[in-house]
Amino acid sequence: MIGARKIVAAAMLAFGLAGEASAADAGNWNAVLAEAKGQTVYFNAWGGSENINAYIRWAGGEMKSRYGVDVVHVKLDDTAKAVATVVAEKAAGKNDGGAVDLVWINGENFAAMKREGLLFGPDWATKLPNWRYVDHETKPTVLRDFTIPTEGLESPWGGAKLVFFHDTARTRKADLPDSAKGLLTWAESNPGRFSYPQPPDFTGTSFLKQVLIELLDDKAKLQRPVDDATFAADAAPLFAYLDKLTPLLWRQGKAYPQNYPDMKQKLADGELDIIFAFNPAEASSAIANGELPDTVRSFVFSGGTLGNTHFLAIPYNATAKAGALLVADFLLSPEAQLRKQDPKVWGDPTVLSLAKLAAKDRSAFENLDLGIATLKPDELGPALDEPHPDWMTRIEAQWIRRYGAAN
Amino acid sequence: MGRPISVKALKGSRTFTANTLLALILGLPILAGVAGVVLPAFGYLPALGRSEFTFNHFAELFAQPHILRSSLTGLLAGLVTTGAAVAVVGTFLAGFAGTPAFSRIQHVVSPLLAVPHASAAFALAFLVAPSGFLVRLVSPELTGFGRPPQWLVPNDPLALSMLAGLITKEVPFLFLIALAALPQLPLRQSRQLTAALGYGRLIGFLVSLWPALYRQIRLAVFAVLVYSVSVVDVAIILGPQLPATLPVRIAQWTADHDLGARFLASAAALLQLGVVLAAVAIWLLIERLGRFVLRKLTYSGRRLRNDAVPRLVSAFAMAGCAALIFLGISILGVWSVAGLWPFPRALPAELTLQTWLRTLPPLWPVLRTTTALALLSAALALFCAILLLHRNGAAERRGNVPRYRLLYLPLLLPEISFVFGLQILIISAGLKPAFWSVLAVHFLFVLPYVLLSLSAPWREVDPRFERIAAGFGKSALRTLLTVRLPLLFRACLTAYAVGFSVSVSLYLPTLLIGGGRLTTIATEAVALSSGGDRRVIGVYALVQASLPFLAFLIASLGPQLLFRNRRAMRT
Repeated sequence: MIGARKIVAAAMLAFGLAGEASAADAGNWNAVLAEAKGQTVYFNAWGGSENINAYIRWAGGEMKSRYGVDVVHVKLDDTAKAVATVVAEKAAGKNDGGAVDLVWINGENFAAMKREGLLFGPDWATKLPNWRYVDHETKPTVLRDFTIPTEGLESPWGGAKLVFFHDTARTRKADLPDSAKGLLTWAESNPGRFSYPQPPDFTGTSFLKQVLIELLDDKAKLQRPVDDATFAADAAPLFAYLDKLTPLLWRQGKAYPQNYPDMKQKLADGELDIIFAFNPAEASSAIANGELPDTVRSFVFSGGTLGNTHFLAIPYNATAKAGALLVADFLLSPEAQLRKQDPKVWGDPTVLSLAKLAAKDRSAFENLDLGIATLKPDELGPALDEPHPDWMTRIEAQWIRRYGAAN
Repeated sequence: MGRPISVKALKGSRTFTANTLLALILGLPILAGVAGVVLPAFGYLPALGRSEFTFNHFAELFAQPHILRSSLTGLLAGLVTTGAAVAVVGTFLAGFAGTPAFSRIQHVVSPLLAVPHASAAFALAFLVAPSGFLVRLVSPELTGFGRPPQWLVPNDPLALSMLAGLITKEVPFLFLIALAALPQLPLRQSRQLTAALGYGRLIGFLVSLWPALYRQIRLAVFAVLVYSVSVVDVAIILGPQLPATLPVRIAQWTADHDLGARFLASAAALLQLGVVLAAVAIWLLIERLGRFVLRKLTYSGRRLRNDAVPRLVSAFAMAGCAALIFLGISILGVWSVAGLWPFPRALPAELTLQTWLRTLPPLWPVLRTTTALALLSAALALFCAILLLHRNGAAERRGNVPRYRLLYLPLLLPEISFVFGLQILIISAGLKPAFWSVLAVHFLFVLPYVLLSLSAPWREVDPRFERIAAGFGKSALRTLLTVRLPLLFRACLTAYAVGFSVSVSLYLPTLLIGGGRLTTIATEAVALSSGGDRRVIGVYALVQASLPFLAFLIASLGPQLLFRNRRAMRT
């Protein structure tokens, strides 16, 4: 009896130690490989797109056959649900053996998790073997997520840039706006055919940021937290703009689309004429899926549109940290990034620098058919930096106060 | 009175111990859930490093713009939905119960319950939108619309489209509960009596049977009330947006990237509890008023023989609900095989099986998990409900308040906060997210619904059957198994089917307690619905609806097969 009990205790201790040792060190990659084998990684990611889900299924299959790592895609309707799980676990004192191993994240969710100490660290992202291909020189958003330094607590996965779409069967290219101001003029002659997802939807607030950046004179201000003393004056041009735009919106601004897929549906339904998304290949893959007619094309503002990066992070109490590191590294590999950028698969822009790739990989990227409605990388125009998250919180609150009871 | 007090006390304490045990098993998780709502509202949530008690979050809540309007819209929508659903079901039963048309329609309506709320709402939204199916049918030929017009439907500020969505979904639920109660009433005799006295069908039913019937479905009516005051998914899809109803705003605050918004969400959850209680209080007043009017009507002796119009209206309303959902689901079915389908085409330009082929194969394991969870949790809940009712049934007949009202709390509290509290409890207990912990939580949410559908028919079983059995010296257990349960077979099956469909539709509890380890149709469907692709929503709506549909089919066919030789038991 006692012997059996001792064995159980020893086994528990061993597992406990294994749990401790899963403070996996990305610097010692062979140890990571060995430890990851046989682990199951619970990858918490937005599950709203069949394309993306299929891509994650593919990656899971590769992880299984190459490294013996099982990847389970936990499909979320909102990343905040994964954050909630980690918060609950921390509340219950469950500091290891957590339910979330890897989470698709950026912006405010990252800022919140970093602030509350819910992330695995220190710096593991820049120690990943495939980090050497990452373009952190010309893509500053890889290191600063909505101005918050990532400090290697999350690994870049894909790029995002605000791109507008229109249907050439209804809207002539010559009539398209080239700036936020131009958009207002366009809306005056086409009332009811433009809108944006209702804040606090991510894509909707991104539109507000775009306008804010374009209309604010001192753009450097946006890289710092909000200054209470000048906030009213700083936001005044934005709200003057919105006051003019709102009655020209779809349904006179008395209702808003729920999110960007909803806008996509409304473009197909003929309800909207100009929509936008954060994925430049959105239109091409929607055409391929029969969601949009093949007359849809993309455009950007020549003065630049908002750009950012989305990431993968590991919660501080993840169970399969080594496995999660391995998945993050695989998703960063030229092979996985190439497949991700193919609009027939997903169409999400790479975070790698083509210059750093081997010749074969580089030409594969260059020869990728980005699809009929996707702008070439050099046509995408300059990327505008995301403001400090503080700005969005304040502007969202103001937005709800001003336009939240339009009925 | 004449009875020695000690015996009464003894009896009381015996019921109490049995209930204490149940209270411990079931009450602890519920209290943890409640604590998960109440404590953060007062600023206590150590995980976020805050443990000082404060009323600031309530101040913050009441400083939120348009909070009053959000609360009132939800309150009114809930009351109107409940009133309309009771009126439709009541007049329909009054006008048609016992007729051949009635038994036909009852088989049509029951499966409607199987359609998930969100899918029905999506379907309705596509039907009525300016770019939706109905406008497409007549455009551009009749309307001249080459482009969809700018009508504010759905999401209209008066919440009319939300009301339509809720009423069409709640009518089948109440109808089914009423059907389970109907066999306990002397329907034929009352019909004959009131007809002989010269009453019209409607008024005859109202004065003779309605009070007894309403008493039986009353708990379900309150469930409808609470549900429609607290509904989130339907309100997001069909309800007013600016401002949205309070439950929707709570959901948004809970999902806020700023974790501090959890405190606000918890404070709002308590406010929402207040709104729910206010709705219940108002409904109690409406009940009194209804009783008063009915009494006046009864004593006036009016026969109201010309009731063809209201009967027709109720039949149309009933058929309308059924038609709306069927049409909506069929159109979602068309979407699931649609290629490009632009406005104003009434049918897709091309048909393709692509969505089904892509979506279905990964779904099999998901279907297995979903079915296993639903079968087991509904079975456990039914067993537990029978146990509870058996133990407390006698006490309740004597007019004592049953002590398991606590079990209804999961229905009253906003799901997200409640589940958050549960999640902390389960993790603290050292339980890994696994099939069993998810099953336990499903059980917690399924039990109140099962209890709800079973308790009224349970109470109405003619006690003389059991007295006879007791007179033959049969034990209580024997009486239960051979007399009561067979009498209640149909009600039990209905309760089981209701429990089954509740389990199939549970999203948050499955996701949060399951920690992503368990995938069910509901978790897949909600995640994919957030992408708004009507094709995928169509596939999931059909798959998700098919499971409870089968359950209800079995529930409605079971008695017919089992009681082939007993005509009175078949309905």
